[in-house]
Amino acid sequence: MSTTPAGGWVVVAWAPDEFGAVALDWALDDAERRDRGVVVVNASRGDALVDDRFAFEEQLAELERRLTGSERPHEIRQSIEPDVAGAVLETAEELDARLIVVGLRRRTPVGKLLMGSVAQRILLGAACPVLSVKPGSTPD
Amino acid sequence: MENFELLMGGLESALTPMNLLYAAIGVLLGTFVGVLPGIGPAMAIALLLPVTYRLEPTSAFIMFAGLYYGGMYGGSTTSILLNTPGESASVMTALEGNKMARAGRGAQALATAAVGSFIAGTIGTLLVAFFSPALADVAVDLGAPSYFALMVLALVMTTTVLGTSALRGFAALFLGLTIGLVGLDLNTGQPRLTFGVTQLVDRLDIVVVAVGIFALGEALWVAAHLRRRPAHVTPVGRPWMGRDDWGRSWKPWLRGTAFGFPFGALPAGGAELPTFLSYLTERKLSKRGDFGRGAIEGVAGPEAANNASAAGMFVPMLALGLPVTATASVMLSALQGYGITPGPQLMTDHADLVWTLLASLLIGNTLLLVLNLPLAPLWARLLRIPRPQLYAGILFFACLGAYATNLDPFDIALLLAFGLLGLMMRRFGLPVLPLILGVILGPLMESKLREALTISGGDYVVLLSEPLAVVIYVLIALFILGRPFIVRVRARAERSATVEDEKELVD
Repeated sequence: MSTTPAGGWVVVAWAPDEFGAVALDWALDDAERRDRGVVVVNASRGDALVDDRFAFEEQLAELERRLTGSERPHEIRQSIEPDVAGAVLETAEELDARLIVVGLRRRTPVGKLLMGSVAQRILLGAACPVLSVKPGSTPD
Repeated sequence: MENFELLMGGLESALTPMNLLYAAIGVLLGTFVGVLPGIGPAMAIALLLPVTYRLEPTSAFIMFAGLYYGGMYGGSTTSILLNTPGESASVMTALEGNKMARAGRGAQALATAAVGSFIAGTIGTLLVAFFSPALADVAVDLGAPSYFALMVLALVMTTTVLGTSALRGFAALFLGLTIGLVGLDLNTGQPRLTFGVTQLVDRLDIVVVAVGIFALGEALWVAAHLRRRPAHVTPVGRPWMGRDDWGRSWKPWLRGTAFGFPFGALPAGGAELPTFLSYLTERKLSKRGDFGRGAIEGVAGPEAANNASAAGMFVPMLALGLPVTATASVMLSALQGYGITPGPQLMTDHADLVWTLLASLLIGNTLLLVLNLPLAPLWARLLRIPRPQLYAGILFFACLGAYATNLDPFDIALLLAFGLLGLMMRRFGLPVLPLILGVILGPLMESKLREALTISGGDYVVLLSEPLAVVIYVLIALFILGRPFIVRVRARAERSATVEDEKELVD
């Protein structure tokens, strides 16, 4: 890990889909404005054969290109653990992050009961500010 | 053409709406369990056994037949889309199939697998209808010594050919034979290995053994390796093939069928070897040189071989009462559950059942094609089911099934004991098939041996009194002597066609 940037770190809860993309947009925007570094967290519970939210090699390579293009200090952390939200929160705590960015998924109450909500767990558990964004918004 | 008429008669009685429904259920369930790695048709049939005791034997077998063919086909979907073969028979499909999917030709790979399975299954079933009655006619005249020799052959072949280690195979086999001993000795009335437990005197219920080893063992094994790096599924649409693909596929289909059927019918059993041979042949014959980069022949051949061998398995099962695969063993125990004795008399005593079964194999095969071509994208979605939920369901059915047969909580305890045994076997790499065959064939072998010895008054020379028995023992001896050579050839060939190892536990 490179040395901590002047403005501290931004942690992004990222997945290879539109929600991850918009979260990354906002995280990079914040990093540029406040001279921060970006840490991208991608986690899966790993209990199904296929998880679309877990990036595979080509997707990670593309993410890396995007991050390198932004010229901000950055790091990608991919892990398999029982608690996806916990992985994000732990990273934020470890780096003493200034901000967490999450893409917010639309969930019906029943859907939330069944699937849980990573974003909600991050909102409730984070010690730092959390920026939650939805697809369709662009940082100005 | 008498067989053909009988088959038509079977088709007539199989084509009732109720039986078609069971065939459809079987095919759908079979594909379901085939798609998910670790769960195969043998486990599914074992789980369904208690449910089907209320059904007519014909309906139950129609469902099982659909399940079996469906499971064989389902394995190819996982191989092609994920590069994670659902079962050993699909390993070869994964080699070219997954490369095709990555090159954007997944739809064609799925289509050639489906159509190839259909063609091989149909030809295979017709061959079964042709060969089994003839074989059964011959088999009726066989005496106990020949039967005993045939069973020894089946056990030796499955134990040594399949799997990498003969020692592990024999360890599993003798575990199975020991389990088969438990209960009352039918000749003398002495209880064996019952440890004074009254429930054990009645012999172990094969359902409990099979469900414990297959379902519970697998569930415990998965629970111990719950978290794995998720695989990436290659998205595909509806399977289809272009004119060129048809042209390249039809010869491999037929060649694969020719490889698969005899191997399936031999007591050496299993689709592992014929799929492998088919793959090697197609690679040798290929003139395009695109093998290793997604050649459609490499999917068409092995997939046909795998379904043809699935059909071939019915020949020894129906004509001799000899199971050669785990699925056949479980089906045979289902037959016994209906009070039907498998053996050469089956063809004459229960002709209607046999011909309806064969006809329903044809129906199941057709349904498979009709249902699976449009449903392929749906099957791929099954792979997203989280393991805890999936295996909770399996455990529920396993316990229900074990309890339902006798309504005795003791069976649940037995189930758990066999589940732990299944877990240990997976942990130490013991193959499951020799154990199940041992449990099923052990008692049969014993009764044939005792029969022969009673006739001869205890003289063991009687075992060599029939020419067929002598031929079989010579074959076994040749085979055991030649095994090191076979192993070396196979190892070399397998190295040249390495399969990417399943990505192991990450954390």
